[in-house]
Amino acid sequence: MASTKVVNIPKGGFSFENCQRNNFMANQGFPAPKAVKTGTTIAGFIFKDGVILGADTRATEGNIVADKNCFKLHYMAPNIYCAGAGTAADLEMTTLQMSSQLELHRLNTGRQVKVATATRLLKQMLFRYQGHIGAALVLGGIDSTGPHVCCIYPHGSTDSLPFVAMGSGSLAAMAFLEAGWKPDMELADAKVLMRNAICGGIFNDLMSGSHVDLCVITREKAEMIRPFEVANVKGERQGSYRYPRGCTATLSTRVIPIEIESTVVRPVAEESMDTA
Amino acid sequence: MYANPNSIINPSLWPNGPAPGCFFKFPGTNVTSTSSNSGIITRTQSPVTTGTSILGLVFDGGVMLAGDMLGSYGSMAKFRSIERIVKVNNATVLGATGDIADFQHLKAIIEQKVIDEDCADDGFTLKPKALHTWLTRVLYNRRSKFDPLWNTFLVAGIEDGEPYLGCVDKIGTAFSDSKIATGYGAHIALPLMREALEKKPQMTKEEARALLISCLRVLFYRDCRALNKHQIATITKEGVTIENNIELDTNWEVANFVIGYE
Repeated sequence: MASTKVVNIPKGGFSFENCQRNNFMANQGFPAPKAVKTGTTIAGFIFKDGVILGADTRATEGNIVADKNCFKLHYMAPNIYCAGAGTAADLEMTTLQMSSQLELHRLNTGRQVKVATATRLLKQMLFRYQGHIGAALVLGGIDSTGPHVCCIYPHGSTDSLPFVAMGSGSLAAMAFLEAGWKPDMELADAKVLMRNAICGGIFNDLMSGSHVDLCVITREKAEMIRPFEVANVKGERQGSYRYPRGCTATLSTRVIPIEIESTVVRPVAEESMDTA
Repeated sequence: MYANPNSIINPSLWPNGPAPGCFFKFPGTNVTSTSSNSGIITRTQSPVTTGTSILGLVFDGGVMLAGDMLGSYGSMAKFRSIERIVKVNNATVLGATGDIADFQHLKAIIEQKVIDEDCADDGFTLKPKALHTWLTRVLYNRRSKFDPLWNTFLVAGIEDGEPYLGCVDKIGTAFSDSKIATGYGAHIALPLMREALEKKPQMTKEEARALLISCLRVLFYRDCRALNKHQIATITKEGVTIENNIELDTNWEVANFVIGYE
């Protein structure tokens, strides 16, 4: 009897078939590995000419700094950028996937992608995974309807607000934003406010640190400023322990040159490949 | 007399209820016995009526404390005129976060201390650092008996002519600094206070007051258990002034920018 191969079309949605196995393994003493998180301070707000996004640059693995200068501002579309907090792998893959989906959408419709489209795609995906994808995002961009900033939570809820902050340093960043945000801020003031908000997270939250990256999105262009401010500089060594020449007195000098007795040149022929 | 409540000789009044002649275990309390054969219950280890953050700032010539006047009963804003910042004497002020009952208990003890000092009439008054140290010992000892006073205290005053600001929490961690915030204030207000003090370490009284009011405003926006009615206490060499019932002006214009959630 001929065996026919049946194409197995996978059902949509999250596949829960490994949950029983994972439970069994956890009971046997092999719990699931913990995801690597980025402790982060990210923020975004609307100013007069567009949207400004900011992030710190520290990636942590438990209590160790895994990357001193990682990049948390991800490209989504020419007019949309996204700052991400949460599990580093989840953020990277989610934003890459979404960026390609948005490009396909742009080619399909022939129009500039709207921020609401990116928000809708992201929240639909994140909700489908019921929060297991640890991606908390601050999406910012400018489209035909104006500038928008939206925060997207790992479980799939979204909040479109004039100013947002996410991550472990969000309380400190939000304090600065609440105290300093006004509608229709100028670019220079907006950069200073964003710098203050991210630095608030860098200096007051242990899981955020290093430098401040900024992304300014206006109608004309999206400008990535990395780093905007090098907030933490490695300390300079104050003294040198090298002994300068002449410290130790020379009693006597004897130079013994190496004399070349003979020179032999032997060419090495190219060996043919052994095809035995 | 201390028989099993379920025994026939001493039946309980209702199932799992109090039995005559026995200690009754209230549901929801943690029983920690100091000796192995006593079922004596120590007080609850969860706060009931709580106060949120207190902010403290040292300025040029004195100290300022600020806090709201709310006593939250869980998530209910039940008591809206609680004074969580109290004057101890002409050189010391005490502010408390956490359980209001524990704070009132200690407040009564401290008031009695001040009265005893008055009676002694020897020219010595309680100094802020002394009060801070005493509070640290009391709180640490209670924590070591697994029966903490569920509070974080801020002690502010003038110690030997210099401004002093100290903090103790419910497990006895004590420190002193030029800017301290307890509760949610530590996450929200302290970054703002640190930034301002880095720019200008010696603030004037007016600048300190403006900074504390802006911090209180941000706390009212972002802390669910905050109120917009405050107390501000100022301690200088001249003495202590506590202003009560200060209302905050808040700006809700942001609401005009929020339409929908996408």
